[in-house]
Amino acid sequence: MLAIETRDLVKKYGDRRAVDGLKLEVRQGELYALLGVNGAGKTTAIRMLTGITAPDGGDALLMGHSVKTDLEAVKRITNLSPQESAVAPRLTVRENLELIAEIYGLRSRDARARAERSMEEFGLAQVAKQRAGTLSGGWQRRLSIAMALITEPQVLFLDEPTLGLDVLARRELWELVRSLHGRVTILLTTHYMEEAEALSDRVGILQAGRLRAVGTPGELIARAGAKSFEEAFVELAASKGGNGTCA
Amino acid sequence: MRMIAFARRNAREILRDPLSLGFGLGFPMILLALMTLIQRNVPMEIFEMESLLPGICAFGESFFALFSAQLISKDRSSALMMRLKNSPLRARDFILGYALPLLPMALLQAALCVIFALLLGLEPGWGILRMLAALLPAALVFIALGLICGSLLSERQVGGICGALLTNLSAWLSGAWFDLKLIGGGFEAFAYALPFANAVDAARAALAGQPAGTALLVSCIYAAALCALAVVVFARRMRRS
Repeated sequence: MLAIETRDLVKKYGDRRAVDGLKLEVRQGELYALLGVNGAGKTTAIRMLTGITAPDGGDALLMGHSVKTDLEAVKRITNLSPQESAVAPRLTVRENLELIAEIYGLRSRDARARAERSMEEFGLAQVAKQRAGTLSGGWQRRLSIAMALITEPQVLFLDEPTLGLDVLARRELWELVRSLHGRVTILLTTHYMEEAEALSDRVGILQAGRLRAVGTPGELIARAGAKSFEEAFVELAASKGGNGTCA
Repeated sequence: MRMIAFARRNAREILRDPLSLGFGLGFPMILLALMTLIQRNVPMEIFEMESLLPGICAFGESFFALFSAQLISKDRSSALMMRLKNSPLRARDFILGYALPLLPMALLQAALCVIFALLLGLEPGWGILRMLAALLPAALVFIALGLICGSLLSERQVGGICGALLTNLSAWLSGAWFDLKLIGGGFEAFAYALPFANAVDAARAALAGQPAGTALLVSCIYAAALCALAVVVFARRMRRS
């Protein structure tokens, strides 16, 4: 079953088409990296897929639920970790987790239990009583992802999850993302090519709001005739070709 | 349930900002103490407690416009809002979640001022409870103004508009510090066309055990109209952003 399917998805800002007839297919349990240069339409696509922004054309289905006609169901089964750490700064780590669990409909007692489990899973127990605003960037990002997962989403969006983190914090987060593999469908956006290559099953390259190439990192390297994934990305992202699918 | 969870978060965010909270709760009491001290050292009646307390309570509520506006504008500019908009929270959950925690805080602020006033010599009586009730529409006026400003302005602009302009305007145009009749004319008419002076008059009348009449009615009408406007502005901004 497809976890994410977009049908000619369009978003316009004035005359500019930020997303221009996007056709995307992500399988259930897959970790899919959506790559593109700045302004390629990655974040706009995520905003539409999560119901934050309404599309101007086309439709998107999340586990079969349309963002146009069944947005409540889409919001129930998806969650998001935005580019910046999305935490309530004066709430403790535990309170942040409980807040999200309760907002998604869990009763206080269940939210407490879920937060406890989540802190254990993400190694946040040692900072449970610390206010989120006082955590380092790496810890905040870890908490942000834990907040996205506490609702047990079927589809998780990670929008540049390691942006601004140091190498060690980034590697730790990679391990965290790897541990989720197969349990939840993940759509990841990133500017770090090694991150996409290391984590994703398949990669889609977005250019001017359209999907230009899709495939495994290996397939994309072979298709571009490049020596590295970064070279392949540069080649494919800069090309003017149509939608090329390797897999 | 969702709304309550969000309201609890908002209350915590406000209550855990010691500077704002200390200023918001402490400043009206400092003013009360200062004015009482001045009154004790001058031979004429300028700042009688029965007239001063309702004015200071109404003025103190103006800080809640700043609190709500600051919280909303800060949330709007943060990634947390993106997460919350992706959640099942609806527009009404957002509005009530921001507004509801501030009402008991406004009541608490007025109650603290009353306790302090009692220590400074205010005669206890049922009028105090009537005054606290009469101040509720004024609290709603300021909370609604905060919702509107927080929805429309940036965090920086909120500091200037709600922190400086609104608190000063509401102080000068409320008659809390001087009798508006002393200036009279257009100034007095303008002041009474706005909710602030009416809120103070309603609270004074309630404390004195007199009917609050037109002043309370005007205060209630402003509260209802501004709350409705806040809902429209907030919902529209949510859809647009």
